[in-house]
Amino acid sequence: MFVMPVLLVMIVTGMQSGTFELADKNKLPLLVCNRDTGAASRQFIRAVDTMGMFEIHPIPATQNEAMIREKVYRKEALMAVVLPADFSAQVAGRTRTLAGKVLKSFGLGDSAGGGAAGGGGIPLTLYYHPILQESFRRSAEGTLYSALQLVESRQLLKTLYFSINEKELPDTLENELLSNREKIDEIPVSRNVNRRAPTVSQHNVPAWTIFAMFFVVVSLGSGIVRDKRSGSFVRLKTLPTSYVVAILSRQITYLGVTMIQTVLIFAIGVWIFPFVGLPRLDLPDDWWGLILISFLCGWCAVSYAICVGVFAETEEQANGFGVISIVILAAIGGLMIPDFIMTGPFRTVMKFSPLHWCLDAYYSLFLEGGKLKDVWANVLSLAIIIAGLQGIALWGLKRKNLI
Amino acid sequence: MTPNQPDPPPHQSEPPPHQSEPPRPAMQIEDVTFHYPDQPGLFSHFNLRIETGQRFGLFGPNGAGKTTLMNLMTGLLTASSGTIRLFGHEMQKHQRSVNKLFGYIPQDFAFYQELSPVENLEFFGAWSGLNEGTIRKRTRELLEILGLGAVRHKKVQQFSGGMKRRVNLAIGVIHRPRLLFLDEPTVGVDVQTRHAVVNYLKQLNESGTTLIYTSHQLSEAEELCDTIALIDEGRIITHEALDTLLSRHRQEGLEGLFLELTGKNYRDQSV
Repeated sequence: MFVMPVLLVMIVTGMQSGTFELADKNKLPLLVCNRDTGAASRQFIRAVDTMGMFEIHPIPATQNEAMIREKVYRKEALMAVVLPADFSAQVAGRTRTLAGKVLKSFGLGDSAGGGAAGGGGIPLTLYYHPILQESFRRSAEGTLYSALQLVESRQLLKTLYFSINEKELPDTLENELLSNREKIDEIPVSRNVNRRAPTVSQHNVPAWTIFAMFFVVVSLGSGIVRDKRSGSFVRLKTLPTSYVVAILSRQITYLGVTMIQTVLIFAIGVWIFPFVGLPRLDLPDDWWGLILISFLCGWCAVSYAICVGVFAETEEQANGFGVISIVILAAIGGLMIPDFIMTGPFRTVMKFSPLHWCLDAYYSLFLEGGKLKDVWANVLSLAIIIAGLQGIALWGLKRKNLI
Repeated sequence: MTPNQPDPPPHQSEPPPHQSEPPRPAMQIEDVTFHYPDQPGLFSHFNLRIETGQRFGLFGPNGAGKTTLMNLMTGLLTASSGTIRLFGHEMQKHQRSVNKLFGYIPQDFAFYQELSPVENLEFFGAWSGLNEGTIRKRTRELLEILGLGAVRHKKVQQFSGGMKRRVNLAIGVIHRPRLLFLDEPTVGVDVQTRHAVVNYLKQLNESGTTLIYTSHQLSEAEELCDTIALIDEGRIITHEALDTLLSRHRQEGLEGLFLELTGKNYRDQSV
């Protein structure tokens, strides 16, 4: 009940931290086969390296397509880019054509750019392993396009300068023109004045704590089934105290378990994570909000477990259904995939997952810097879900003549 | 087991009836109808009266309705119509308060095997509405009477079948019920345990507890019961004092009487 949830949170947070630090710290290996001998290809490779997303692994230009495919297949790297032998010539030709058009529009020179037809794109070839998820691939392609654009811009500037001044663009001016980019001020939207960017711990610890809480279905759900199937339940029915008291007493006990789980996991996030190379978990400023939301999440988990136990006929049924349903509810609730990228129907279905409301409330506190007054919609939703689950459980107990 | 210290008289939860009033029957079933979905007409307008202080045995072949009747009397099942009263209190209207008046010894072991006898008695004693002091006192008494004092703190799962039966019995009588239902209380136990349990039940009865007993162990029933009812297919075939019944049918034992009245054919339940 305690060791496994702590391990789960630590391992998932540790694994996800690679995603958060993709640039600079955790670079993607990229095989580069440069068959070109010109300056443009070298500039391109330098630009890709500078952007920080890739760890460049040059491979000999003599490697053919089959060899490159084999390297990617064997996962020496999940991506490989091939620069053709005429890469620099194609860049030069394209930029000459573009420069000609620009000059003509100024009324200078003619439009005949000469050189290679620059209408088509430069045929860089990107090989990637199928296991590379599309989101990563798109991100990698974006970086390559940025590097390519930088090379083209540099060449275009040089060509235009030469055409106008009939001398080479000075290096200092070239660097100034290409390096002096506008900066982007990144501000995380927060309800308080805290402008710290959320870390992997802020994202993962609350989410997987909720997941761990709901796994109480395994012990509580099967415990109720065991009660129903054992002779002791028959005896309990003949005693003066109602079985509802038994259900309530179990709820209090397991609610305590979920609260201890929460405190333990959050404490580890605050005090242990820094020692294992993970960012420290920042607790919300509003402790009352945190306590109330944690209590409601725990009670929701317990209510769900009781429902499963009331309706399951065997312990195997309770455990099997309980575990798989929690995974499904976690997936549709946004614990595994962010809800903002879910498509239409899933955005509706998401609202039926209790874990969604738990996560939304925690994110309001942990990521948005919210207070209790900002999460009343979540409090109400969770209260309704709890009441609904308790009502269904009571109805089930009555229908089965258990109370 | 040292059955030489009988239980004190059962706790009176209400004032005794006025001297001129006849004592209320321990159990009165009036015009009760009950059936399972696949067994229509099991109990139809069924009536039964069991007097206070009796050692009443309920017998019948397989599928006769013994267990169903026991479940109706203990409130585990609810009749479609009719009334069931314990000591004059209607079961369906006052279930919780009626539950204080009786104890139940089911055929299956009805306790938590992972707990000790003391822990089981404390748990079920609390559920029976007893206070802490009473539970402690009764636990001590019962474990001594039933010979479980030496193993009071050991987990029940380590016990033999006979010891588990005694734990089962102790839990059913911890709150000194006025009426005790026993469903096969000695199945699977050795002769010594069976003998001791039967003697203890007799002592309980002498202290004022009415017994309603059902079993397939007819020799044990002859020893324990003073009144019996034989039911078959939801109907009472006979209900009389045991001695009178045996004498009238000129049978020496209950087994002969049973076979005479219910026949010798198999009574397999339909599957």
